[in-house]
Amino acid sequence: MASTIVTFEFGEREVEVMVRPMTTLQIVLREQLGATATKDGCRQGGCGSCIVLVDGEPVMSCLLPVEDIAGRRVTTLETITPAEGLHPIQQAFLDSYAFQCGYCTPGMVMTSKALLDHHPDPSGDDIGEALAGNVCRCTGYRPIIRAIGVAAEALRESDGEQPR
Amino acid sequence: MSAHLNVVGQSVARSDGIGHVTGRTQYTTDRTFPGMLHLKMARSPLHHARIKGIDLSEAERVPGFVRALTAKDVPHNRYTILGLIGVEPEEEFVLAEDRVRFKGEAIVAIVAETEEAAFEAVSKVRLDLEELPAVFDVEEALKPGAPIVTHWGNNTFMYEGHPCRRVRLGDVERAFGQADHIIEGVYNTSPIEHAPTETTGCIAVPEANGRYAVYTNTQALYFSLDNTAIILQVPGNRLHFIGGTVGGGFGGKVDVIVEPIATLAAMKTNRPVKFSYSRSEEMQVSSTRSAWRIYLKDGVTSDGRLIARKVTSYADSGAYSRQTPYALTKHAANAAGPYNIPNVSIDAYCVFTNRPPTSAMRGFGITMASFALEVQMDKIAERVGVDPWTIRFLNAYRNGDMKPHRKLAEDATLIETMQAAATLVGHDLPDEFKAMTSAPRAGSHVEGR
Repeated sequence: MASTIVTFEFGEREVEVMVRPMTTLQIVLREQLGATATKDGCRQGGCGSCIVLVDGEPVMSCLLPVEDIAGRRVTTLETITPAEGLHPIQQAFLDSYAFQCGYCTPGMVMTSKALLDHHPDPSGDDIGEALAGNVCRCTGYRPIIRAIGVAAEALRESDGEQPR
Repeated sequence: MSAHLNVVGQSVARSDGIGHVTGRTQYTTDRTFPGMLHLKMARSPLHHARIKGIDLSEAERVPGFVRALTAKDVPHNRYTILGLIGVEPEEEFVLAEDRVRFKGEAIVAIVAETEEAAFEAVSKVRLDLEELPAVFDVEEALKPGAPIVTHWGNNTFMYEGHPCRRVRLGDVERAFGQADHIIEGVYNTSPIEHAPTETTGCIAVPEANGRYAVYTNTQALYFSLDNTAIILQVPGNRLHFIGGTVGGGFGGKVDVIVEPIATLAAMKTNRPVKFSYSRSEEMQVSSTRSAWRIYLKDGVTSDGRLIARKVTSYADSGAYSRQTPYALTKHAANAAGPYNIPNVSIDAYCVFTNRPPTSAMRGFGITMASFALEVQMDKIAERVGVDPWTIRFLNAYRNGDMKPHRKLAEDATLIETMQAAATLVGHDLPDEFKAMTSAPRAGSHVEGR
């Protein structure tokens, strides 16, 4: 089948990629754009390590044909990382030791970003529900949940002046 | 003293922390190389079968197919991972020869220009297999007439000529005759898949100086390098293994499975080759923790002293050894538990079946023994009519006690650990247990040390 050209926003920049039908956003990010913060744990929507935001909503990029996001905005761990320093969610994960092997961390941070963009002051249940699709096989969930609370507070104090 | 400690008792930033939170940490398959090929494996759909033929003609016609590798391409195809520490015999195949012994066993490696082409060609490999009877249970595998999994004629790993690892102390049968209670139990555990979030994988890259750089997420870098050198019959200094970052291992990435064949493919094509498990391969093919079956028979006096313990245990190694014979030896050394028992007999069998090979996982032969033993201790307490704390304090081992495998106990901390646990859960222990310590008993082998 013939390849097609798809254009989308990758953070602040517009990118154009040529893909065969049904190529996933995960493959495009990792293999065409070299954006390997988005991880590859199962390719079947089971682990959440590939979660990115599309127009601000968390999606498993391994299940999403890239043609479906033409003209939309993709946000990944790369695009929220400031040129210097860290995003408050990243800082909170670092300070809270909210990772062991680190492989689930990009998906965890992106899920957290979507949650906190919508719910600046999430309850424990909100956090638990948001993380339902993210597996940490090292089973370090408690520090992750703690980090999201710390990040929420930092973001509220900074009053939304952080990179979106 | 704490004033002199720079790290103990302090929170210290992890050196890899910034990389993890920014996604800049480079895991094995985050790398890519110009001209990189992809390796995928054609595997056995059957648990046990004779290989009568392999037809690659359709696979070879898939656009992007580069080459196939079969057993005859592998210089030293039969190996055993623990051969490096003297374990024999060599019994696992990089690629299957005349027989497959578990569902998912590797038969043909396909190397292709793209991952899609490799998958497509794998789907077109035609295998002519004759299904053989299979065995999936450790005790069934030891019965006369059971299908034989190994190439040496029975289904057990042989320990110095014996079908099991044997540990003997005192005379259990005589002690059973003197016991007030005989308490028996059988305990089964399931295989457990480590399921690391990052699947097992590597990339082998020809270097300009004739060496091969192998980027791998192994937990055992030099084990992998040395086994790869043996399998490929090249000096170790032609291999340059680069590891260090592992996206979850838990023991599941100590087997040497992907590196030898990926390196061979890189040698045969003179191009970088990536071989990374799919999630389904990780679940179906990679090693699991062994399933165990443990029989316990204990002789106990009316005041709760354990005077005899007989253990018969079976580890399901699956179709090949990997690290299980070693796990079983560790198991046998610990299968009587952290208790001072004068008469012990342990027979521990490493059994081969047609299940996927099993290997290392946290606790490695010990965790399953602890599960069985501690449930058994509660059973004993109930039978004797004492509480679970009492049965353990009464029988706890101490420094200088002779353990069943004839090593003196050193650094025993069971008593102190139980005391600390009691405090943490607010359980008030009797004074005699509060006063107990792991210090050597009067007359023990290390008295006065």
